[in-house]
Amino acid sequence: MIEVRGLTKRYGDKVAVNDLTFGIEPGKVTGFLGPNGAGKTTTMRLILGLDYPNAGTVTVDGKLYPNLAYPMREVGALLDAKAVHGGRSAYNHLLCLAQTNNLPKKRVGEVLELVGLTEVARKRSKGFSLGMSQRLGIAATLLGDPKMLMFDEPVNGLDPEGILWIRNLMKALAAEGRTVFVSSHLMSEMENTADHLIVIGRGKLIADCTMAEFIARSSGAAVRVRTPSPDQLVLAIANKGGTATADSDGTLLVHGMAADVVGDIAFEQGIRLHELTVVRASLEEAYMEVTADSVEYHAGVRGQATTIGSGV
Amino acid sequence: MATTTAPGSAADLRLTALPPATGRAGLPGALRSEFTKLRSVRSTYWTIAALFIVSVGIAAIAGAGIASNLHNNPWNKAGTDATQASLIAFFEIGQLIIAVLGALVITSEYSTGMIRTSLTAMPRRGTVYAAKLIAFSTVTLIVSLITSFVSFFVGQVALSGSGVSASLFHSVTIPMGVNMSPGPGGPNGPPNYKFVGTIVISPGTVLTAIIGCALFVTAVALIAFAFGSIIRHTAGAITSVIGLMFVLPIIIQVALPDTWRWDVMRFFPDAAGRVLSVTVGNTNPHLWSAWPQFGVTLVYAAVFLAAGAYLFRKRDA
Repeated sequence: MIEVRGLTKRYGDKVAVNDLTFGIEPGKVTGFLGPNGAGKTTTMRLILGLDYPNAGTVTVDGKLYPNLAYPMREVGALLDAKAVHGGRSAYNHLLCLAQTNNLPKKRVGEVLELVGLTEVARKRSKGFSLGMSQRLGIAATLLGDPKMLMFDEPVNGLDPEGILWIRNLMKALAAEGRTVFVSSHLMSEMENTADHLIVIGRGKLIADCTMAEFIARSSGAAVRVRTPSPDQLVLAIANKGGTATADSDGTLLVHGMAADVVGDIAFEQGIRLHELTVVRASLEEAYMEVTADSVEYHAGVRGQATTIGSGV
Repeated sequence: MATTTAPGSAADLRLTALPPATGRAGLPGALRSEFTKLRSVRSTYWTIAALFIVSVGIAAIAGAGIASNLHNNPWNKAGTDATQASLIAFFEIGQLIIAVLGALVITSEYSTGMIRTSLTAMPRRGTVYAAKLIAFSTVTLIVSLITSFVSFFVGQVALSGSGVSASLFHSVTIPMGVNMSPGPGGPNGPPNYKFVGTIVISPGTVLTAIIGCALFVTAVALIAFAFGSIIRHTAGAITSVIGLMFVLPIIIQVALPDTWRWDVMRFFPDAAGRVLSVTVGNTNPHLWSAWPQFGVTLVYAAVFLAAGAYLFRKRDA
């Protein structure tokens, strides 16, 4: 269990992480989403004690990360696959990491085997492709058989085969009951893997909920109603705090209310319904919508002015 | 490009269970890790090889050159410091070569990004810094001692027969001064010369010079290590060492008046090299004797190492 409380980090004038509070539940895949520059990597660095927060705390099982008895047995983290000394062989890279946590030497050979790097174990990692570096990084995270794994944008720049491999690996790790915390700026990455989502934008928490809640919460999630007496229904829904708008094909779109509630209201008012459908926004749409205001660098689209910087 | 085998499928995610954890990760593991890091990159071997070849090679060349000079001009035997002649390349140039390794031990972690991986595995930064420092200084001290002794012996072999070669096993007596007068052949012929007085160089003096130079070079390497931690940039750290050990003394020599510049020099870390290596004659009266002067270098090393440790712990990685 990782708990982030009131975490704030500034680099000069720029606030990278702004009063962030969330928890990472054990035994789940938690997706950490946000546009590029939202503060995902910074948050992960703060969790690992690489950077020091200006305010707030992060604890891993109630302890500060630097106070864990054997950090590699608790958390296996891969923030940057290229953060290795390229002049060192894959084997020696893993060995020097394993030694810090008193992990047995034979473990190095095992994790190399697992990620398929045995044949190049004695080669210097300088010549590794991004995919191979990524595997080396993942091998390092598995050295300590950790309860929790943390990956920052693990599929960035990988070929389809590599992406599939990482997805399957994350699922397998979660299936073993491990906690997986994985960041991405692409919603589609999370669609099939994450149970829980933490969404941030410009360093602030936007959403901390299950996947289903996230979709429902977005305004794109609506209930489509077809009724012969639309005016009556619009009024009834408005009285209960929802909003209903006329859609193009003569139906009503109800926002802010679940389908069963809409049905109950219609029943109480004696309004006949001919159709009651939940319109589910795609995850991608939901994500675009909640992060739209917090994208740091907008590309100019269709003649719109390009806005750069945070003072928008 | 290297090939990879097909990575294990998800079902292969079976690793042998780890032994149960007892205690906590600490200095012993961090030390093993740092020794692995040192021995697993080529820069370690390159810098050590360069140190050895330059120090021993120049000792041999200088020895041969002096031997030849003494053969042709025997009056130059007076006051010739054979020990210093063999060690000068080691402590003057060698200190810079090993400084490169000292800086690299830390700066290579920053330039490659490895520091983030290292500190994620072992987040107790004081322990990491201490382990790095112990591993590096152990290797450097051993390499420096070997280089210093080998330079001395090779240099003395080259000097043997010249009448001034120093020894670790028995005292050597050399002339202290010389009186010269024109010879029978006039100004172009060989002069007449008469040695005045003698100096006895004991094995203890020679041993002090050899070990002292090795300790001095190690201390300079530690200053480079500290600069690496403070500056986090290889070229910057090495330039700073050159500035401190070579440029600053020259500036002081040039800028300050003769009357008191040496009294300032004694407070700088490079002065020890000039004293530690001397086995013949008077050392510079404005500098302290060998060990107190070396103490000055050590104080510099200690202060920079402490600053390096503080910044290593305090700054974002």
